[in-house]
This record gives sequence, C-alpha cells and structure tokens, in this order.
Amino acid sequence: MEKLNLDQGKIAHGRKLAASIVEQVRRHIDTHTTVSVERAVLRLLGIDGVDEAGVPLVNVVVEGLRREGVLDKGAMYWVVNGVLNLNLTVQQIAEDVARGAVKLTELPQGKTEDVQGLAKVLAESALSKLRFLRKEREQLGRELGKGREPLSYVIVATGNVYEDAVQAQAAARQGADVVAVIRTTGQSLLDYVPYGPTTTGFGGTYATQANFQILRDALDEVSREIGRYVQLTNYCSGLCMPEIAVMGAWERLDMMLNDSMYGIIFRDINMKRTFVDQFFSRLVNGYAGVIINTGEDNYLTTADAIDSAHTVIASDLINEQFALICGMKANQMGLGHAFEVDPQLENGFLYELAHAELVREIFPDCPIKYMPPTKFMTGNIFRGHVQDTLFNVCSAMTGQSIHLLGMLTEALHTPLMQDRFLSIESAKYVFNTIRDLNSEIGFRPGGFIQRRAGTVLDEAVALLEKIADVGLMEALANGWFADIKRLPDGGKGLDGVIVRSEDYLNPFIDMILQGGEAE
Amino acid sequence: MKVDLTAVVPYGDTLGDGVMQLSFTLPVAMSAAAKEAARQLAAGLGLDNPAVVHAEAISDAFSFFVVYAACHKSIDLTKIVVPEVKLKVLTKPEIDSAIAQTLGRKLRVIGACIESDAHTVGIDAIINMKGLNGHKGLESYHEIEAVNLGAQVTCEEVIRKIHELAVDVVLISQVVTQKNIHITNLTKLVDMLEAEGLRDKVTLVVGGPRITHELAKELGYDAGFGLNTYAEHVASFLVQEIQRSPGAQ
Repeated sequence: MEKLNLDQGKIAHGRKLAASIVEQVRRHIDTHTTVSVERAVLRLLGIDGVDEAGVPLVNVVVEGLRREGVLDKGAMYWVVNGVLNLNLTVQQIAEDVARGAVKLTELPQGKTEDVQGLAKVLAESALSKLRFLRKEREQLGRELGKGREPLSYVIVATGNVYEDAVQAQAAARQGADVVAVIRTTGQSLLDYVPYGPTTTGFGGTYATQANFQILRDALDEVSREIGRYVQLTNYCSGLCMPEIAVMGAWERLDMMLNDSMYGIIFRDINMKRTFVDQFFSRLVNGYAGVIINTGEDNYLTTADAIDSAHTVIASDLINEQFALICGMKANQMGLGHAFEVDPQLENGFLYELAHAELVREIFPDCPIKYMPPTKFMTGNIFRGHVQDTLFNVCSAMTGQSIHLLGMLTEALHTPLMQDRFLSIESAKYVFNTIRDLNSEIGFRPGGFIQRRAGTVLDEAVALLEKIADVGLMEALANGWFADIKRLPDGGKGLDGVIVRSEDYLNPFIDMILQGGEAE
Repeated sequence: MKVDLTAVVPYGDTLGDGVMQLSFTLPVAMSAAAKEAARQLAAGLGLDNPAVVHAEAISDAFSFFVVYAACHKSIDLTKIVVPEVKLKVLTKPEIDSAIAQTLGRKLRVIGACIESDAHTVGIDAIINMKGLNGHKGLESYHEIEAVNLGAQVTCEEVIRKIHELAVDVVLISQVVTQKNIHITNLTKLVDMLEAEGLRDKVTLVVGGPRITHELAKELGYDAGFGLNTYAEHVASFLVQEIQRSPGAQ
C-alpha cells in the first residue's frame, strides 16, 4: 500500500539517471579484468587448496601469469590450454604450476576454437553445480519454511569459527532467521583469501571456504531441528569480492554483503578495481540465487542522517542498476538504509518513518535491508534497548524485509550471548504485537511525513543529475558520498587491474548473463 | 539525607540498602540447579540476599539470569584519587588565539581509529566540522589543520602521515573492543612511535568509551579522554601542551 503519494515520474527519472551513470562505468568494466576476477574464474573451475607456503593455488597461477604479462587473455585461456596439452584436470594443472613442474606459457598454444570449446564445457559444468546448489537451497526453504518479514538478522563475531557455530545455532533456536558471521578486521585489504578453518580473528572471523562450510552445516543441522530454514550471510567485499562470491556459491550461503561502492568509500580500495570486481561478484551471486545486502547504512554513520538521507536513496538506485546489469532480480536486491537520526531531535521518529517508507515504496519488490541505530548508541544499555525498540517499531510499520537487530551493547563490545537473546526477544515481541499495523495506517496527505519523503526524493534525483553529469568516478572524487573523497587512481589494488585483450577468454560472463536456469 | 562518604554503598530506594542489579548468562541448560547456581554465584561475590528475579533458557545449552542483591561492602570515597586530565576548558576563540600567539602557525592534527576498530563515531565527533551535540569539531577551528584518517588505519599508516604532514598532534580513537584488543592496538602504536623516534615529537592523545586518563598515561600517551568529551576539551588540552612546551613564548 502506497502511503507517501510520491511523484512516480520523478522516481522513474531517478532510475533512468542511475542507469545512465552505471552505463558509463560499464564501459570500464567491459574492457578490464582484475587478478581477483581471474582467481574467481579458477575457483569456479574447481581449483582449491594452497601451496607449501600456504599461498592459495589460484593466487600462484594468476600471479605467475600476471608477472609474464599475459593475464589480459584471461587465466582461463592458459589453464584450459594446459588441460588440452597435458590431459590433466585443472586442479592437477594448478598443483603442477605451484610445484614448478609446468609453465603454462611455455606449452604449445592450441587452436582457438578448441580452447574456447573446452572452456565452455568446463564453465557449463561449474554453472550446473551452482544451479544444483541453488535448487537445494530453494528445496530446503520450501520444505522447512523461512521466517516472516521483517526477518530477524543477527551477527556472530567471536573470531573462532567453532565458537561462531555454537552461537549461530543458539541464535537460531532463539528465533533468528538470518545469521551473519562478521569478518575479522582487515581481511578486506588482503589480496588473497585465507584457507581452512580459522580460530584467531579479531572482532570477527576470517571468511574462508572451510569456515563457510562449517557455519552452513551447523545452520542446516539446527534448521532441521527447529523446522525453519535459517539463512547464512557473509561478506562479499574487499579486494577479493569475486572469489568470495564463488566460495559463497559453493557453500550455499544465502545472503552476501555486496556493495558496488562500499570498498571504495570506506576501505579506500581503488575504484577501477572495485567496479570490475563487484560486477563479476554480482554475476556469481545472482546466478547462485544469493540475496545481496548493500551498505548504504554506512553513509549515515559518517554523515548526518537527515542532511544525507538523499545519498542513501541515490546510492540504492545506483546499486540497483549495478545489480540489474548482472542479471539480478529485484528479489535478490537487499538494498540498504538505516535508523540513525539523532534521538534528541524532536520528531526524529517521524523522519525515520518517512525515510524507511520512502525506501520501501521506491523499491517495492526488493528485500530491503534495514540497519539499526549505532551512531547514537551509548553505554546506557537501557536507553539503547529503547532506541532499538523504536527501530523495531519503525521497521514493522513500514514493512522492511531484512531487519538487522540492534544490540543494546552496540558501541561497547561484540554481542554477548544474552545481548542477542534480549534483542531477538524484543524484536519478536514488537513484530508480533503490531503485525498488521502497517496495512492499517496511512500518512496524512500533505503532512510532515509525506513532505519529508518528497524532499528526500527530490534531493536524491538532484544528486543523481549531478553525478550523471560528471560520472560516478568523478562524483566519488568529489566526496559526494559520506563526505569521503576517493581518486580514480588512488587507493589499494589498482595494480591488479588489467586491460582485457581482444581475445580475452572468460565464458562465464556471457553464460551467466544469458541466465541458464536461474529464474 | 546524610551520606557518609567514608562508607558509601549502592542506593536502591533507601540509604544504605546496597541494592545492585546483575545480569549474566551461564553456559548450561536451564534447570532448578542452574538457577540456584546463579544465586550462589552472586552470594559468592559477597552480595547479601541475592534474589534471582528472572531465569530463562536462552538456548538448549545457555540460561540467562537477572539477579538483585545487596552490597554492604562499603567504599571510602575520601581516599580515592583518580588522575584526570587537568584542564581549563577554553572557548573556541580563546583556543584559536592561544594557538596563533604561541605557535604562530596552524596546529597540525591527525586523527585515526586504528587497527581493528572500524567505528569512527568518536573520531568523527572530535574532528569533523559538524562535531557532536552542537560542539563543532576541530576542522571548524581556524588555527587547527585537522585530518581525519578514518577507521582501521594501520599504525604504519599513522606513522607515514606523521612524516608526510609534519604533524604536531596525533589523536587516536578506540571504540569497539573484544578481548581487550584496544590495549594491544594502543601499545603497538606507542612502541612503533618510539622505535621511529617520533614519540617525543608529537602530542599523543587517545579517546574512547573504555579510555581513562590513567590508562592512557600507563600506556605511554599524553592524555586520555572518555565519554562526554568534545572537541573543545581536546583542543584546550592541546593549547596547554603547546604553552608549556620549551619552544613556547
């Protein structure tokens, strides 16, 4: 039910502007690859494991090709050519490369059509596995049922994957619908993905494929026990976002944090790198049936929630277009926003209602991800619990989908067992007691909430006009998001960006865009 | 009501009742024995008449308790000394003119939330133009050139910036912590500054909800600020520091 009487023409115009902004970046994406995209391709082909020094085999292979300056043809070209020559599996090839037994560039180069033909067969085999896992998830969801929206989403962040599994199961039994494992500090800036189960993270746990598997197994077990499919989330972000997308697909993660600009703005990762990386990662997320979560909430922890409300909407529209060009459907786009208005402000809650309803109405088919108060949380945990309660009320009143539960000890420490329990308990109470309030109410025509929503929409469209004029890279350089300025050639990871050659080989891109059996 | 400052106990609703509230989780399934364990635990802390007012299973292997009890161990408040930053809080114009007079140039400040910490709320409140609760940040001071490096800045990066910007002051923020990682982070930075021979060349200040001046001094910082600190507090301290430094007029 629409409550804001928004100017639909304006929304359509905003979408069009966002599409043209993304189209400009697309030209860069289509002509470049990155070391992480190439490693992700090799992971899709099934290359796994590390060498004697603990370096992932995909890094060994890709780094070798990069040093020789031949990565512009695509890692897949060289590996498939190796398979044709040596009659080994891709995994055996990678192991031989790591041992120094094989040099891919010294092998005779086969006929182009032979290499392309085999590449396509191998890619199809990888994609069929992704389709199988996607079906398995859908099957489990149907069989066990999922929670009702707003979904209660909690985090675990112990640093030790085995402790995480215990806490994740406990959270599921307490009523959580989605469990996110927070990633350890600093992993976003590693240009490789750590390997194996880990027990030594700070403020979070390493994202490794083994850790993903341990958590998904733990949640599958508890899902069957409680008769409700509990979803698992991790971070598809940082310098390795395409690879982590692949790992998430292999281990049947349900959601992944995946923002087209977060790494640029908040982790100072080079934008030319991120735009290429996020594209491939979203192709994989999309095909695997993963719901992405975008990070617009972060703008409001840095900039003011009222002054910058329109940047959230503008960014949501841009993130939507970046997802659309990867073939994602609306029901996979967990576009983000947050409840961060100063609690001291008179009628602050009305602003929150206006902002939350606005996001809901601009993206009616998206599973909107709503983030709790963090900026104005203090050591007064009792007041914090009230702030979280108001957040819960706002979420239920505006029909949000993925509801990240606030913790009364936010700003103090990572959640204790009891913090999570209290948080789930109070959210369930609020959601239940006002279950149908959303469909019972409207907002006064021309009243504060309608006017505020209209203003934010106007400002968002005006910002998109400005961005479309100068281009997204320039907009980021101007600090138009979160007041943080990033230069096109600044930040980390630019040396891993490579111009594709004419005969660049990566059949996954076209095959995924053609859709396969993805709905 | 006359409070005996040499023997202070908590106050519930009557002077001297000693009432305290506790809440905690035990890693055991809920049972009558678990509830009694919670009571005995409180008694073992030296608390009188512990009453478990709420006991609930929060998973198959965890139980949660809320306990009220009386604490009659008193504290002699007159014997307590807490080191605090000695500070005459100046107004913004006073701060600007003091820097101009003493230094004759702008005071160069960098701020960072270092290493593991991704929460910029504290450093933003002190540095960013807008500040917090109407207290403008250091960026708004004419005589201060403040650069906010943001979150998860490595110690190496802090040192690089000290060289690059010829910094006078380094402000470090530590907000969210786990297993006392904030101490590890803060110690690492001091060690590295000393190794680089930079420690005496900068004024080093740390802030955060878990930070006290005493802790800061212990870790080798010049000052530590806790909750309810605003830019003018930090700036006033910096003015004092430059006024008493050997080069000052």
